[in-house]
This record gives sequence, structure tokens and C-alpha cells, in this order.
Amino acid sequence: MMKKTLPDKRGYFGDFGGRYVPETLMRALDELTNAYRLVRKDSNFQKELREYLEDYAGRPTALYEAKRLSAVYKRARIFLKREDLCHTGAHKINNTLGQGLLAVRLGKKRIVAETGAGQHGVATATACRVFGLKCVVYMGALDIERQALNVYKMRLLGAEVRPVYSGSRTLKDATNEAIRDWVTNVDDTHYLLGSVVGPHPYPAMVRDFQSTIGDETRGQLRKKRVGLPDYLIACVGGGSNAIGFFHTFLKDRGVRMIGVEAAGKGVNTREHAATLTKGFPGILHGMKSYLLQNRDGQVELAHSISAGLDYPSVGPEHSYLKDAKRVRYVTATDRDALDGFKLLTEAEGIMPALEPSHAIGYLKRLMPKTKKSESVVLCLSGRGDKDIDTVKSLLKT
Amino acid sequence: MTESRLIDKLGNLRKQKSKVFCAFLTLGYPNLGATEKLIKAFDREGVDIIELGFPFSDPLADGPTIQYSSEKALARGVTLRDAFGLAKKLRRQGCRIPILFFSYLNPIYRYGIRAFAKKAAASGFDGVIVPDLPPEEETGFQHDCRRYGLAQVFLVTPTTAQPRARAIARKCRGFIYYVSLRGVTGARRNISADVRRHLAVLEKDTDKPVLVGFGVSSPKQAKFLSGLSEGVIVGSAIIDRLRKSSGKTGPAIAYIRSMVRAVKS
Repeated sequence: MMKKTLPDKRGYFGDFGGRYVPETLMRALDELTNAYRLVRKDSNFQKELREYLEDYAGRPTALYEAKRLSAVYKRARIFLKREDLCHTGAHKINNTLGQGLLAVRLGKKRIVAETGAGQHGVATATACRVFGLKCVVYMGALDIERQALNVYKMRLLGAEVRPVYSGSRTLKDATNEAIRDWVTNVDDTHYLLGSVVGPHPYPAMVRDFQSTIGDETRGQLRKKRVGLPDYLIACVGGGSNAIGFFHTFLKDRGVRMIGVEAAGKGVNTREHAATLTKGFPGILHGMKSYLLQNRDGQVELAHSISAGLDYPSVGPEHSYLKDAKRVRYVTATDRDALDGFKLLTEAEGIMPALEPSHAIGYLKRLMPKTKKSESVVLCLSGRGDKDIDTVKSLLKT
Repeated sequence: MTESRLIDKLGNLRKQKSKVFCAFLTLGYPNLGATEKLIKAFDREGVDIIELGFPFSDPLADGPTIQYSSEKALARGVTLRDAFGLAKKLRRQGCRIPILFFSYLNPIYRYGIRAFAKKAAASGFDGVIVPDLPPEEETGFQHDCRRYGLAQVFLVTPTTAQPRARAIARKCRGFIYYVSLRGVTGARRNISADVRRHLAVLEKDTDKPVLVGFGVSSPKQAKFLSGLSEGVIVGSAIIDRLRKSSGKTGPAIAYIRSMVRAVKS
């Protein structure tokens, strides 16, 4: 049975999590942990956040029964949790509004963030506008090329986008650089981490801000007289949409959960981002979690068609849920994701981001095992506008 | 046995009222042969302690200089086996300078923390510094280090509150590594203004030597900081010289000579 109180006081989910950071950051992490503990129970904070989520970000997002998609398989009913309808186009805004409001409470004037696909960067730049904070976003030089549109958006929103040329020039390296900036400017700066990764309290705090996804889903299913779902399915990079979606259902034993990792060109090639499937426990970015690494403990490069899943580690709670066998982690390749993109676009007129396209792509393996009387809910974490160029270059239609 | 080499050295220097000079090198930069040559040369020039940095793919406490040397060393395929092999070779040849193994935690964790402590000590390392390992985490490693005689050095920074600094100082073996600034490693023009005050407080709380590192580059800075503490640690400024001379060791050795003279005079 899942314990409700995780993480423990030291930020551990079983064997995973913790705080593996340079000493300079320990005080800031203590302050953040204490501040977060206070605002969790602060009804004014929660009320203010709820207003931003509803009136600004557009929550609650819809739960849509995808009947034409369901008809493709003729098995369980498929529902989509429409995080793609959020302001800025993905679930990321749930977290940036929460942390932005918290940064104001902490008296911080400046925000640093990392971004891969640029969705978290745009959501951070947006929150910084609303709360009047200075915003610096680190982004791998390779991702800047892949996601030019989001870079332009961040700049329009007044954020300074700093390209990162070290290492693989992707999300991992942008995260290193954001942490280095934070170490240097820790007194006036809040690090607005975009996923359920990093040192404690980030994995727990970001999970809580994203839990609104699952909480709403539970109520919406009840309203539709579906009750508890039989399957939940979501994509996992760092894993924030998946954790936010799964969390409220962890204690409901009958709900089966599937996290879909990016298999890139295949898990048996060297080009994938299937951390939980192919990695080993290790330490990166302040946490202990599964990690893609070689025999000498050097971090290996991840690969995925979607910049948002292109990360060699994963949130520590996912590592825990994998080992506890509460969530099943599977993979979908770049090809599966493109198929998923095409399928949802054609069946339902919804263009998904390439990240949740991995979950859609996995349906062809999941659905034949389901029964007509069952329900499958898929977290559609973001919309596909940002990926149109990538899709155009790869899908020859 | 291992850590005693470090502790004896520090004890003797204190008796002689001499300041401590610790030099950092990246293992395998510009190449393994040069690392060996530099350690021996630094020993001859009067460097007291070597901090040997094991290159890591994601060195998040390091600035551009050490990131660069780490990338280059990794591109040459440097592994833990090279680190153990080099220490063993130096000891076999009679080199007695204390050598600390500096590494991010993941390579150690992947090797197995107990196996690592045992192997590092047996190879001739005297201590270990892990910048992303605060004393709260992997406490088993502290026991393993003690068991095999590897001195574990923790870092104290300007953001460390006094009670915590005191607790960290108690856990340090050999010396305490005081980080002179908020930020990553790398040469800086200026020394932060509050260093003097912090060091005065810290030295009151411990009788272990306090060495100051991060941002130290000129002989003048080194002399100033060692006046406030028991000595200095210099890293990026050495790597900068190796880089500018395209890997020739001469300029780095000449630089070390001037630094040692500044600290010891």
C-alpha cells in the first residue's frame, strides 16, 4: 500500500530523492522547504493560487471522452485530460504560477529556470510577467534551434534566454547552468524548477502544484458516472504531468497506471531517453534517482524526438513507484510518437504535443488488453503547435 | 597509512607556522602523463597538498574552466581505474605528497561507495572531497572513509549558518574547505568583502585548519587569504595556464612557484 506521507522529512521516496547539492544551496533549500510547508496550509495563499489557476490559466481543464479514438480500438472508453487547453499550451503553467507566487512570498526579485522544449520556459516567463519578477531562462543551444518559436515567445514575454553550449546542449546542460546561476545569485533569486526533479523540496512541491490535474480528473469522472478509472496513462520525461495526474489515485488499488518513456530510436540503440527502463540509480541535479549512465558513472546523453522528454534522469518519486511496482513504465519510440500525433489529429481534430504523443502511440499496445466496460484516461499534457515544424519535416503526407 | 599522511603534514606545517598551499588538477588534462608530471613538479615546488579532480560529465559546482578540462579529459576516456593507477604509481615511486580525490558523487556511487573508499585508500589517496555530497546524505560513506583511513573534507560556504558550520567542521577530517564566494569555481578579480568576518567566526569554532578556495588566482589574493586562514586552494587559475599554453606544463609550474612563494613568505 502506498504511504501518503512521502517524501519523508529528508525528502526521500523510499531510496530516492534527497538533497545532493553544493553546500551554498543548503540554506536556500531549507528556506524554501519551510516557506512551502507554511503556504500549503495557508488558506490565503491557496485561495490566491486558485484564482490565478481558474481565471488566468483556464482551469479546470476539460475531461473529454474521445469516442472516435475509442472507436479505432473498439475496447475501453478513452478519455483525454485536456492540459493542452491551459494558458501557454501545457500543464507547466500550474507549477510556474504556484512557484511564482511562492517566490513573491519569499521576497525574491529574480527567477532562473531551465527549459527543454521551451514549454516550461514560456510558462515561467509568463508567470514572471504576472508577478513582476525578472526572468532568466537557460536553454540548450540545440533545443534553441529545435524550438525557435518558444524562444521567440519567451523573448516577447521579456525573459532573457541564455543559450547553453556545454555538454549535450540540451535540457540536462541547461539545468546544470540554472543551478550554477542559482549558486551565484542565491540571495535574491528563486530557482523555478520545471519538473518533479532536483533536490528536496522540489519533487514534492512541484507534484503538489501539478496534483490539480488528477484531483480534477477524479471529480470529472465521478460527474460522468464513470467512477474510478481502470487505467491512467501519461508520458514521463522528468515526470511532472504524470505525477500530478497519478498522485491522487495512488491509494486506489484498482487503478492501473502506465508511464510512457521516450524510446527514441529504440531502447536497444544508444539513442533513447528511457531512464526507468534502461538506467541505474545515480545522482544528478541534486537527487538520487534512476539515471542513464555508463559503467564509470558518467551521465549518458538522452535522445528523443521531443525536447521535453530528452532528459537522462527522472523524478525520484517515479523511481520509487517503479521499484514499488505501483506504476508500470513502458516505452514508445519516436516513430510511435509520430503515429500517435497523426492518429489523434485525424481521429479527434486535436494536435497533441510530441510528449503526450508517446502515450497516444502506446495505446495500440495497451488497448487490445482492455475490456469494453473499462475506462482509460490519458493525460494530454500539451498541444502540438510548438512541434509543427518537426512533424512537418518527418511526416510525409 | 593514508590519511595520516595528510594529518601529519598539516600538523607539521602548523608547528612550523607555515601556511598551507593546496593545488587542484584535473585528472587527464591535458593528458594522464602531464598530470603525473605536474604532481611531481608541484611537490618539488613546495605545494603541500594535491586535490586531484576526477572529471565528471555534469560538474555543477564548477565554472567554465574546470568544465572545459573535464570535458577534454573525458573525451580522452579517463576512468576511475586511471585515478587509482596513477596514485599507486606515484606512491610506488616514493612520492609522499598528500593527494585528495575530488569527485562528484555519481562516479563514486556507481563504483559502490564502500568499494570506492577501500580502493582509493589502498591506491594511495589520503582523502576525498565530494562537492555535491552534504554531510546529511550517504552517511555510510563517512564510516567507510574512516574505516579505510580516507580523510573526508566537507565544504563550508558564506551561506552556511554558524551552528551548521560548526557541525560540518566537526565532521571534517584533516581540514575544512571554506568556499570564499557564492558561486562556482573559477578565477575572480576580487575577493568578497565578508570573507574576513566569516573566517574569524569559523576559526573560533574549530581547531582544525581552515583552507580557503574558489576564486583564488593571483599571488596577492593568495597571500591575503592565507593571512586570514591557514592556507589556500587554487584550481581554475592553474587549469587556465595549462589551457593557454596548449598543454605545456612550464607556465603552470612557474605560476605555482610564484604562488607558493607568496603564501609561504
